[in-house]
Amino acid sequence: MTANEALFDYALRLGDDALILSQRLGEWCGHAPAIETDLTLTNVALDLIGQAMLLLGYAGEVEGKGRDADKLAFHRDATKYRNCLLVEQPNGDFGRTIARQFIFSTYQRALYQELTRSSDRRLAEIAAKALKETIYHADLAAEWVIRLGDGTEESHERMKAGFEWYWRFVEELFTAEPADAALIGAGIAVDPAKLRAPFDAALAATFAEATLALPKYPRPITGGRKGRHSEHLGHLLAEMQFLPRAYPDAVW
Amino acid sequence: MTWRDRVMDVLSRVADPEIPVVSVVDLGIVRGVKDDPKSVVITTTYSGCPATQVITSDIRKALDDAALNDVKIEMALSPPWTTDWITEAGRKKLQAYGIAPPPKGSGAPGLKNAQPATCPRCGSIKTREVSRFGSTPCKALWQCETCREPFDRFKCH
Repeated sequence: MTANEALFDYALRLGDDALILSQRLGEWCGHAPAIETDLTLTNVALDLIGQAMLLLGYAGEVEGKGRDADKLAFHRDATKYRNCLLVEQPNGDFGRTIARQFIFSTYQRALYQELTRSSDRRLAEIAAKALKETIYHADLAAEWVIRLGDGTEESHERMKAGFEWYWRFVEELFTAEPADAALIGAGIAVDPAKLRAPFDAALAATFAEATLALPKYPRPITGGRKGRHSEHLGHLLAEMQFLPRAYPDAVW
Repeated sequence: MTWRDRVMDVLSRVADPEIPVVSVVDLGIVRGVKDDPKSVVITTTYSGCPATQVITSDIRKALDDAALNDVKIEMALSPPWTTDWITEAGRKKLQAYGIAPPPKGSGAPGLKNAQPATCPRCGSIKTREVSRFGSTPCKALWQCETCREPFDRFKCH
């Protein structure tokens, strides 16, 4: 893999995480437990779409084959997607959605914080902009984890079950790809292993307040970064990509 | 009037499509005017704000209508937009329109939403946040405890 290909792959991964989670959150539109929650989840989705546009747009420029953000989002099959498995999982109940949001936004906040110091100017600029939004997402998720965890018996159980479903997908967030070594060495990419400590600290603080027990991580499942996805991604893409695939020349 | 002044004058009359009471200059979206090539530098508020495309085309149209066709529009990511860039005039217009403006400096880490909003209807500071995410990416839902009216507040960012 050339340095350019490695950078393309890195930007693609960051963009795909944001895009796929955005699509999942959008599924809550009109279905959330209350109108405020509905607005909240779709607002987070909107921020993530914006981040995906910036990151995929940059990936396309780096690749230099004329693919823009739309082309990358709508004309790639599941095996070409590089998102982590966490973000593509079905929403489940509200507790499970919040568990996923807490894990992802807490990780993404730590990631963007580091990425603002990237030697790649564009990545640093995108991270600085996105970080401000992601701080809101991470705060929101933490507040819900506390509210549900330290709520009723039912909400506590649902919050706990939501996290238990997701622990297997956490390891993948903190695992670098072989091609990243050069990017990390050049100060372009963030070494994901460095993000584990801030993630664990934030998790411990929120869980203490939420009266939730710290996780016992099961055997991890990985593969998303290499294009090996769960069956759920294909279904998600089928819905997301239908229109531009069926009507390739359609414009607004 | 220099071409720069003319550009700023034109832009001060381009309304934000979501909150038409304020202009793109009031909101701090316009970052400046540059020579070589002549261009207007603008930024987005939130990276996913759907108004961005409309704002760009509204600015284009306003410039063209003022015979400033040669002025380009440049999008800048950095430094990231902050509510501190909303002008004093913009803050007053927002308040009068019923949207509580964010206090200066409130976007700083640790200070976010720490101060209560002032109710744009009755001026009470006995207010509470209902939801940090509202009808657009830049607004939060609040309610006044004194007059009981719900209102929008610009998210401190």
